[in-house]
Amino acid sequence: MARYIGKRMFYMLITLILIATFTFFLMKILPGSPIASADRLSPEQRAIVEASYGLDRPLPVQYFDYMFGLVQGDLGVSINQFKGAPVTDIILNRIGPSAQIGFQGMLFGTILGILFGMVAAVKQNSWIDYASTTVAIIGISIPSFVFASLLQYWLAVEWQLFPVAFWKEGFMSSVLPSLALAMFPLATAARFIRSEMIEVLGSDYITLAKAKGASGSEIAFKHAFRNALIPLITVLGPMAVSILTGSLVVEQIFAIPGIGEQFVTSIMVQDFSIIMGTTIFFSVFLILVILIVDVLYGVIDPRIRLSGGKS
Amino acid sequence: MSQNYEKLPQGSFDRIPKDTKQAERISKPSVSFWQDAWRRLKKNKGAIFSIILFGLIVIMALLGPVISPYEPNDQTITHANLPPKIPVIENLGIFNGVGELGGQEVDLYELKNVDQNYWFGTDGLGRDMFSRVWQGTQVSLFIAFAAALIDMVIGVVYGGISGYFGGRVDDIMQRIVEILSGIPNLVVVILFIMIMDPGILAIIIALTITGWTGMSRVVRGQVLKYKNQEFVLAARTLGASDNRIIWKHLMPNVLGVIIINTMFTIPGAIFFEAFLSFIGLGLQAPDASLGTLINDGYKLIQYQPHILAIPAFVLSLIMISFNLIGDGLRDALDPKMKD
Repeated sequence: MARYIGKRMFYMLITLILIATFTFFLMKILPGSPIASADRLSPEQRAIVEASYGLDRPLPVQYFDYMFGLVQGDLGVSINQFKGAPVTDIILNRIGPSAQIGFQGMLFGTILGILFGMVAAVKQNSWIDYASTTVAIIGISIPSFVFASLLQYWLAVEWQLFPVAFWKEGFMSSVLPSLALAMFPLATAARFIRSEMIEVLGSDYITLAKAKGASGSEIAFKHAFRNALIPLITVLGPMAVSILTGSLVVEQIFAIPGIGEQFVTSIMVQDFSIIMGTTIFFSVFLILVILIVDVLYGVIDPRIRLSGGKS
Repeated sequence: MSQNYEKLPQGSFDRIPKDTKQAERISKPSVSFWQDAWRRLKKNKGAIFSIILFGLIVIMALLGPVISPYEPNDQTITHANLPPKIPVIENLGIFNGVGELGGQEVDLYELKNVDQNYWFGTDGLGRDMFSRVWQGTQVSLFIAFAAALIDMVIGVVYGGISGYFGGRVDDIMQRIVEILSGIPNLVVVILFIMIMDPGILAIIIALTITGWTGMSRVVRGQVLKYKNQEFVLAARTLGASDNRIIWKHLMPNVLGVIIINTMFTIPGAIFFEAFLSFIGLGLQAPDASLGTLINDGYKLIQYQPHILAIPAFVLSLIMISFNLIGDGLRDALDPKMKD
C-alpha cells in the first residue's frame, strides 16, 4: 500500500512539474506582451516596467526562479489585473465561494442522486424508475451553463425566489449556483447507484436475506445499499472534474467572486501570471482528488489490488 | 380426472425415430455478433428513438441553411430581435411573433411592419436565427465528429501497439499515458486554445491533444485480454502474420469497445466546444457554433429568451440523443449482457 501511494505520488510530482513547465513556456511564447499597455509605452518605459517584474532576465533564470517559488507556494505576482499583488493571495482570497458552491453542489447532488438511484432500483420498471432515469439522462446531457441560465431566468428573474447574481446574500446567493453544479453529480450518482443496486439485489446473499424473512426496506438499506455504495467512490473523480469545469461558467453566470470567475477574467485581460497560477492550482486539485479516490477505493474494498503490477 | 388415459385413440401420437443425422442440425439460422447486437439494439426504444432524432437533426443541419430564405450572416437591422413566428402553428398561441415590449405583450411583426416570417426569430443584428442555428449545429457536429475521429485513430493505434507488443514498449508507452492523463483535460484545452488562433481547427486540436488517452487505455485493455487467447494462438500456429492477427482476429473483437467509446467522446466534444465558446475562447464572429449562439443568447436572456432557448434546446437534444445511443450500443455490444 505504502509503495503504491509512493509510486503514485512520484507520478503526480512528474505530472505537476510537466504542467508547470509547459504552462510557463506556453505563457512565454504567447503572442502579445504580458504588460497590457505595452503598445502605448516608449521602449524605455517598457523596459523599466519589464525590469520591475523581472521579465528582462534570461528565460532559464525566470524559469528556475518560478519553479523555486512554486515549491514554496509562491505563484508570482499579477501584472495586469492587480498590479504587483501576489497570485497566491489572489487565489486564496477567492477559494471560499468556489469551495462553498462546489461542496454544496456535490453534497446535494450526490445525496439526491443516491436516493433517486435507490428508489429506481427497488421499484424497477415502475414510473418512479422511468422518471429518475429520465432525470439522470437529462442531467448528464444538459451542459451546466445551459442549466444555470435556465435556473437564473426562472427562479431568480421571473419568480424572484433567489438573488439573480453576486455574492451578497450569504447562503441564498449560493443556492442557484450550487443547484446548477449539482446536476451532474446527481445524474451520475443516480445512474450508478441504480445499476449497482440492481446487480447487488440479484446476488445470492440478498436471496438468503429474503429467505430469512428480512423486510424489503431492511434488505434495501442494510444489505444492498452498503455494497452498492462502495463503487460510487470511483465516480467521485469525474464528479470533481465536472464541478471544477462547471464552476468556470457557473461563477461567470452568477457573478460569484470565485476562482473560476477569476480564471476566465484573467484570460480576457491576459494576466499571464494569474492564468499560470490558477492552472497549476486546478491541476493540483484534480490530481489530488484522483489520487485520494484511488487510495480510498483500495482501503475500503480490499478486493481491489493496488500493489502495482500490470493489469 | 375421470379420463382413462389408457383408452386414448390409436394414432394420437407419432413415434419419432431417433435420427442421429439430425442431432447436429442447427435449427435456427446462425446469428453473427453484429446481427445479434442489432437485434438487442432494436429492443431499446430510447436508442432507436435517439437514432431517428439525431438523423433528423443532421438532416436539418444540412438542409436548414439551404431552405431558409435568409443567409445566416445577413443583417437586417430593421428586423432585429423578432421572436419566432411560424405559419399555422402561430394560431395555437405559440411561435406567433408576440413578444414583450415595455412590459406589454405585442405582436412585434405588426409593430415593425415585417411581412416575412422568421421561424426561429431574429437576433440583435436582425440575422435569421433559423439558418444560424442549423449552421451552428453543422459546425458543432463537425468539430465533435472530427475530434472523435482523430481521438479514435490515435487511441486505437497507440493502445493497439502498446497492448499487442507489450514488454518494454508497453512500459514506456504506458508511463507516457499515465503522465498525460494526469493533466486535467480542461487545463490543456484552455491553454492550447490560447496559443493558437481561435477557430475550428484550433478547437479540434485542443480537444484531441489529450483526448485520445481514454481510447488508448480501453483498446490496450481489450488487446491484452484477447491476444493470449486460444484463437490467436491458433492463428499464429497456422502462420498468420502480426498484421493479419491484428486486423482479422483482434480488431473485430475490439471494435465494439471502440464504437462505444467514440459514442461517448462525441457528446463530450460537443460539450467542450460549447463550453469554450461560452467562456469566450471558442469561435470568433462571424463563425458561429451552438456554443457561440448560446453565449450570444445568454446576454439577452431577459429580453429575448428565444435567442438562448433555441440553440440551447438543439444542443441538449443532440447531447441527450448521443448519450442514449451510447447507452443502447453499450448494452447491445457488451457480450456480458447477452440474454
